Amino acid sequence: MEKNLYGLLAEFDSATELVDAAREVRNAGYTKTDAFSPFPLHEIDEALGIKRSILPYLCFAGGITGMFSGFALQFFVHVIDYPIIVGGRPHISLPAMVPPAYELTILLTAFTAVFGMLFLNGLPRPYHPVFNVPRFALATREKFFLLIESDDETFDYDQTRGFMEKLEGQQEVFDVPE
Amino acid sequence: MAAKENEKSKDGGISPSELRRMHRKLVPAMVEGDHTFASVSDKIGDLALKKKTPFHWFIGLAIAFMVAQLLLFTTIWLLLKGIGIWGTNQPAGWAFPIINFVWWIGIGHAGTLISAILLLLNQKWRTSINRFAEAMTLFAVANAAIFPLVHTGRPWLAAYWLFPYPNVMGIWPQFRSPLIWDVFAVSTYATVSLLFWYVGLIPDLATLRDRAKNKFFKFIYAILSWGWRGSARHWHRYELAYLILAGISTPLVLSVHSLVSLDFAVSQIPGWHATFFPPYFVAGAIYAGFAMVLILCIPLRHWYGMKDFITHTHLIFCGKVMMATGFIVVYSYVMEAFFGWYGASQYEWFMIKNRIWEGPYWFMYWLLLLCNGAAIQLLWFKRFRESEFWLFFVSIIVSIGMWLERFVIIVTSLHRDFLPSSWGMYSPSVFDITMFVGTLGFFFTLIFLFVRFLPVISIFEVRTLLPAANVHGHPQDFDESVLEVESTYDRTDPPNRG
Repeated sequence: MEKNLYGLLAEFDSATELVDAAREVRNAGYTKTDAFSPFPLHEIDEALGIKRSILPYLCFAGGITGMFSGFALQFFVHVIDYPIIVGGRPHISLPAMVPPAYELTILLTAFTAVFGMLFLNGLPRPYHPVFNVPRFALATREKFFLLIESDDETFDYDQTRGFMEKLEGQQEVFDVPE
Repeated sequence: MAAKENEKSKDGGISPSELRRMHRKLVPAMVEGDHTFASVSDKIGDLALKKKTPFHWFIGLAIAFMVAQLLLFTTIWLLLKGIGIWGTNQPAGWAFPIINFVWWIGIGHAGTLISAILLLLNQKWRTSINRFAEAMTLFAVANAAIFPLVHTGRPWLAAYWLFPYPNVMGIWPQFRSPLIWDVFAVSTYATVSLLFWYVGLIPDLATLRDRAKNKFFKFIYAILSWGWRGSARHWHRYELAYLILAGISTPLVLSVHSLVSLDFAVSQIPGWHATFFPPYFVAGAIYAGFAMVLILCIPLRHWYGMKDFITHTHLIFCGKVMMATGFIVVYSYVMEAFFGWYGASQYEWFMIKNRIWEGPYWFMYWLLLLCNGAAIQLLWFKRFRESEFWLFFVSIIVSIGMWLERFVIIVTSLHRDFLPSSWGMYSPSVFDITMFVGTLGFFFTLIFLFVRFLPVISIFEVRTLLPAANVHGHPQDFDESVLEVESTYDRTDPPNRG
């Protein structure tokens, strides 16, 4: 049983109880933890000690790449590969090059934001051990769950289970099979 | 005053409905009724999941789908015969197709405004209308894109001058032209709108996945939700991504219609050559878009029982935004005429005279003023702003008005330019009309399918509006007062008894 145990999952009824419990779990020294809620909870980041994601920096890099590739594309087309004078304007008509570069900046930022978020989240991942708990289907509806993984250094089945059962507001503690 | 209140409570107190009405005056209600996380999830999710499809949905879809066939047949005929089947010809070399393109793309703008700009401005009322407003954007842009694609006559041969790719002829697009800016703007807009919409859908698709009983749909929703499980770490990155998308969509949406307007403003045709076109077009786009949002959300809340989520507050706010942008548009009409007179260019002044009273299309201009300028005056009055019927009525009129605006800008400017020898008249052919009506059918077909298979209101965002979403000790600022007043409804004694 304990060998292929992914972790322990506690169910809560309210967001407040989840956040308070998460704070206790963190204070007790558990690090491989996760919380599940049907909507984003800002307080949980601090309670679980979630670090700010690097996503904004990736998006900035994506945007800069988009801008430079936009200018580079137009520079290549109008200056290097096929220089042709249209309407008496110079080859490098910088103001006219702004709109395509601007749109490409936005496009690559948006791509980075979405696919970067999915990549950092490890999605798509159709299977995850927590789905083995039937009650977990309610995590996308109304219930709140707190997980302590079994490969946490301070994890000890009986002790951790006892600790989780004492958390205020928990409805039930489930074994999560691998 | 105090004595009066005491008297009232002796008679049995204020009724809950009266209290609710008083409360609504103080705090705009975003969610009405006694909802929990579960009831919100079930009520919205069931629209997509329930087995029995309402009969009127089939009727609506059938009509929309049949009308959409006009688009199919017109497009096939156009590909066989060429664009000569349209009425578009010199001197009006741009006519119905670009009018319809600008009209559709403008409608899309309200969706992005609601989902992006109102998110940045922390407007909670966006929450229950953003999902279908974004869907509206997507479908409107899809319809808009049809026109520039098929007006090339042979779209499969047109790729090399629309998109820069190394082709065998060694030819590149002309990046100094606003038309190519338009290609970049519109294709970026379509892509980013799709991403924004889809990212918003992921947690809700997971809700549907976990609630679906039908194995096939469960599988489809599971694939589409990418294994979302509501992890706190995921939500953290999700919210960052959502905020970045909103931040980046804001300059995007403002740029799209600005670049569309530059298609006209960069040319030298009187009536097009005006520097105030970008803000004028953007305001008009949002005006038309909010009209379409109301056209869609009034039947939705009425027939699908979504009045708890799309409340009167939402309708009133949409009406107010429509009014504000409407006045910007009317101001632009006034300025346009003023510039024509004050600018001391005889061609500009002739264009204004020709457009307003001397030319053959004068009635279009006055119809436009009637639709866009006069109709919104109704919204000054609370009675009309709060009435579903009148808001719907005004929205229809505004949609027509915004179409007329593009007709006036495009056709009356083109049909009489500098040389009287090149003057002419424009009238649409039957295919111009079937194509436009066909896109309406296509749009509503997509809307009907969307309403049936996907959550029309963002479930997870509506959950955050409920009082229970507040974490104790970390009150979120927006509905603390709602929480207090809501809780008084259930008390047996009226709150004013002290």
